[in-house]
Amino acid sequence: MSTTARQVKGLLGTKLGMTQVWDEDNRLIPVTVVKADSNVITQLRSADVDGYTAVQIGYGQIDPRKVTKPLAGHFEKAGVTPRRHVVELRTADADSYELGQELSVELFETGQKVDVVGTTKGKGFAGVMKRHGFAGVSASHGAHKNHRKPGSIGGASTPGRVFRGQRMAGRMGAVQQTTLNLTVHAVDTENSLLLIKGAVPGARGSVVLVRSAVKGA
Amino acid sequence: MHILDSVDAASLRDVPEFRAGDTVKVHVNIIEGKTARIQVFQGYVMGRQGHGVRETFTVRKVSFGVGVERTFPVHSPIIDHIEVVTKGDVRRAKLYYMRKRHGKAARIKEKRDFGTAK
Repeated sequence: MSTTARQVKGLLGTKLGMTQVWDEDNRLIPVTVVKADSNVITQLRSADVDGYTAVQIGYGQIDPRKVTKPLAGHFEKAGVTPRRHVVELRTADADSYELGQELSVELFETGQKVDVVGTTKGKGFAGVMKRHGFAGVSASHGAHKNHRKPGSIGGASTPGRVFRGQRMAGRMGAVQQTTLNLTVHAVDTENSLLLIKGAVPGARGSVVLVRSAVKGA
Repeated sequence: MHILDSVDAASLRDVPEFRAGDTVKVHVNIIEGKTARIQVFQGYVMGRQGHGVRETFTVRKVSFGVGVERTFPVHSPIIDHIEVVTKGDVRRAKLYYMRKRHGKAARIKEKRDFGTAK
C-alpha cells in the first residue's frame, strides 16, 4: 500500500496572517505566516500494537484544570504537559520518533512542497450564488425580486420530487479544507515561524496542520 | 504593533520622507541579462497608498506629451534610492486632478520652508 510506505512530516501551528516578502530575484511573494511552536510527540503507533504506524502530535497550551482525567493520563504517559490540539499522522518512519520528543519548524526546509489542512472561515447561511456559484437571475428585463434566486430546481409531475443532492442555499464554510502543494518560502527557527507561499484555509488565529505534500514532487 | 510587524521588519528599508506633490527621482535598478544599470524615473508623487511593507507610491511625469504614471512599492528592492528634488505645496493627499491638467495649469507650486532652512 502506498499510504503506509510514505514518510510524512507534519506540524500543527497557528495561522498568524498574511503578508508579503521579496525573494532574491526581487519578486514580490505573498506569504502566510504560521507559528508552529511547542509541538510534541504524544503517542507512537506501531504495526505490532495498532496494526499501522503513525505519530500523534500535540500542540497548544491548555489550562491543566480543563484536561479530563483520561486525557491527562494520556499526556502523562508521553511525559509532556497537556496540549490543546492533538492530531495523528500516518507515516512509515514512526519508529524514528521518540515519545515526548519536541518538534520544531526545522522539520521543513525552504522550497519544500507542503499541504495545509485547516478549517475555512464560516460564511453562515449563504445563498446559491455565493455557495455554489450559480449565475442568479437577470438584473433587468422584467426580473422581479428574484435576482439571486436559483431558478428551477427540477421537473414537474415527472419525477414529482426534487432529486437528492440538488444544490440549494444553506450553511457555508467552517469545514475542513486541504490546500495542496504550497511552497515553504522561508523557515524562521528563531521565532518558530513558517512562511508559506500563498493562502491557507482558515481565519487568523486558527489552528492548521502543515504536512509534507501528498502529491507532486 | 501588529502581529506580523516582526516579519515585515526584515523587508522595510530606509526611505526619505516625501508626500504627494513632491518631485522625486526614483533610481531603479534594471537587470538586462547579465548587465545591471540604473534608470532614473523623475516626476511628481501623485500619492501614497497603503501602510507598512505594502505601501506604494505613484509617480507621474509627462514624457513627450504623454502622461506616464508608475507605481512603486515604497520598500521595493528594485529601487536603488529615492531622491527628493523639491517639496510641493499641495492641499490634497492624492493628486488625481492633475491628470486633467496640461501646460501651465499642470504646475505644482514649490513649498519653501524658510523656518528650517538655514
